[in-house]
Amino acid sequence: MVVFEQVSKTYGDRYEAVKDLNLQIQVGELVTLIGPSGCGKTTTLKMVNRLIEPTKGSIYINGKNIADFDPVELRRGIGYVIQQVGLFPNMTIAQNITVVGKLWGWTRQKCLERAEELLRLVDMDPSVYLERFPKELSGGQQQRIGVLRALAAEPDIILMDEPFGALDPITREQLQGELKKLQEKLHKTIIFVTHDMDEALKIADRIVLMRDGVVVQEAPPDEMLRNPADEFVINFIGKNRLLRSPDEVRVEEVMIKKPVTIEVTRGMAEALERMRKRHVDSLMVVDNQQRLLGIVTIKDIQVSLERKGNVGDLLTGPVVAVQVGQTVREAVYQMAEHGVGYLPVIDAEGRLRGLMTRASLVDILTEVLWCSREVDSVS
Amino acid sequence: MTPLYLKVINFIQNHPQEFWGAIRDHILILVLIPVGLAILVAVPLGILATRFRWLERIVMATANIMQTIPSLALLALLIVMGLGIGYPPAITALFLYSLLPILRNTYTGLKNVDPFLKEAATGMGMTKMQQLYMVELPLAFRVIMAGIRTATVICIGTGTLAALAGAGGLGIFIVRGLQMLWNHLIIVGAVPAAAMALLADYFLGKIEYLVTPRGLRD
Repeated sequence: MVVFEQVSKTYGDRYEAVKDLNLQIQVGELVTLIGPSGCGKTTTLKMVNRLIEPTKGSIYINGKNIADFDPVELRRGIGYVIQQVGLFPNMTIAQNITVVGKLWGWTRQKCLERAEELLRLVDMDPSVYLERFPKELSGGQQQRIGVLRALAAEPDIILMDEPFGALDPITREQLQGELKKLQEKLHKTIIFVTHDMDEALKIADRIVLMRDGVVVQEAPPDEMLRNPADEFVINFIGKNRLLRSPDEVRVEEVMIKKPVTIEVTRGMAEALERMRKRHVDSLMVVDNQQRLLGIVTIKDIQVSLERKGNVGDLLTGPVVAVQVGQTVREAVYQMAEHGVGYLPVIDAEGRLRGLMTRASLVDILTEVLWCSREVDSVS
Repeated sequence: MTPLYLKVINFIQNHPQEFWGAIRDHILILVLIPVGLAILVAVPLGILATRFRWLERIVMATANIMQTIPSLALLALLIVMGLGIGYPPAITALFLYSLLPILRNTYTGLKNVDPFLKEAATGMGMTKMQQLYMVELPLAFRVIMAGIRTATVICIGTGTLAALAGAGGLGIFIVRGLQMLWNHLIIVGAVPAAAMALLADYFLGKIEYLVTPRGLRD
């Protein structure tokens, strides 16, 4: 367990990078420190392995004040991954992975075995990579090795300083996934600095959002999405990423605005033709005031033998619909209750305003996901 | 009238001991000793200069001044300053000349090591010494070797002036040839000296490549 107790870091007289920080990180927890640049997240991280010494306060690891440790010994017991990867270009991959082991005085044999074991852990063939040099690897592979290097001496705590920040989006996503898998197997205590909210949401057990050296909010990802503490958190998360419960979203936000309709007086042939042209298999039947009268499906038409009548003849009884202003939750319940895949949306006068389908629910989800991806690739 | 090149060959054939002795002295006393001493002094000094700012200024300024003094003047000054005549002033002058390239390259080579690598090294728990031996020196090695190569070539060339201070080496033939206006004698000294410089440059370049860690070669 890592505990920050009233930790401050001041540079010079004025600039306070971290102000009176209190934070507890449990064993086996992956905590992301996130915030805009200059918020103190990296300073906080580097105080754990004493690359930066706090001006005030204490940091405890498993109850022991780290100020009492020899910094060199302390660092050998803590894994460290940096954005610039920092593999030693003069060493082979095997040597790079086990560099801390070498500092501990491992034998050659033990180093080699550990390097092989770790490479297999990320599906890199040891016979191919052990003797290679860092420059022969792609950026993503290099950072995989960077992570393995931090794991090699089996530290309980690993510090990661924007480890995937310099990678292209696809590789970054892969490595995030791999880190998550590794974490499921290894249960390390990981402190992970990032400025990328998607990354934090994806990997974190708990997110610590900082601004100007102060923690603004600390919460598990979905808790933070559901109950952002203030306007700053909302803006930092990005509005379109906020989880809104189905009780808050209105049907008109997700419905198809212009469903294909047909007037009740039209003939069957015309209805078929319209379905064919518009690639749908059901039509909203309306009167000349756009009031919803019912729905005809392609099956209804095919089943009815005499195709001479108009679509009105096919309508049977009242139609299930939702009203503008109802929530998505209510709509979903109605769909389930009546066993239908779509629901017309009507206003108070009974006029057709739109159509909610399962597909439109999927669309809205996709849109949210795509938006957050675009924001991500711009930043 | 005997052609010049025959006179050169004749001289070498008639005075083999003098010729090969001069070459041996040139290599051993005027190159290996001063460059060797310079490595022993300049590499540690260069390392220390990257660690202490005050030392950095003193060391670099002194070495730069040494390099600026004309070689003949430096040699004369050393004689006047009481080193006498012969090898001591010659070796001292060449040693001082070799200092700067090695010192400067050691310093630059170490300074140019990516700061993130140093941070990674520190963050993983290397001591300052381990960082130096495992990371910084291997990465700076090539640049340091380039400094040694420059120093060697300078010594081979400037070493020909040592004869003026009464030391041996190939300079003896050049000085004597100039005094007697014997062109062939000048060539007996000058051509091997030039060839030696070119060869040293070439082979040290090869060595430089071979000692570069495999992961750093182009």
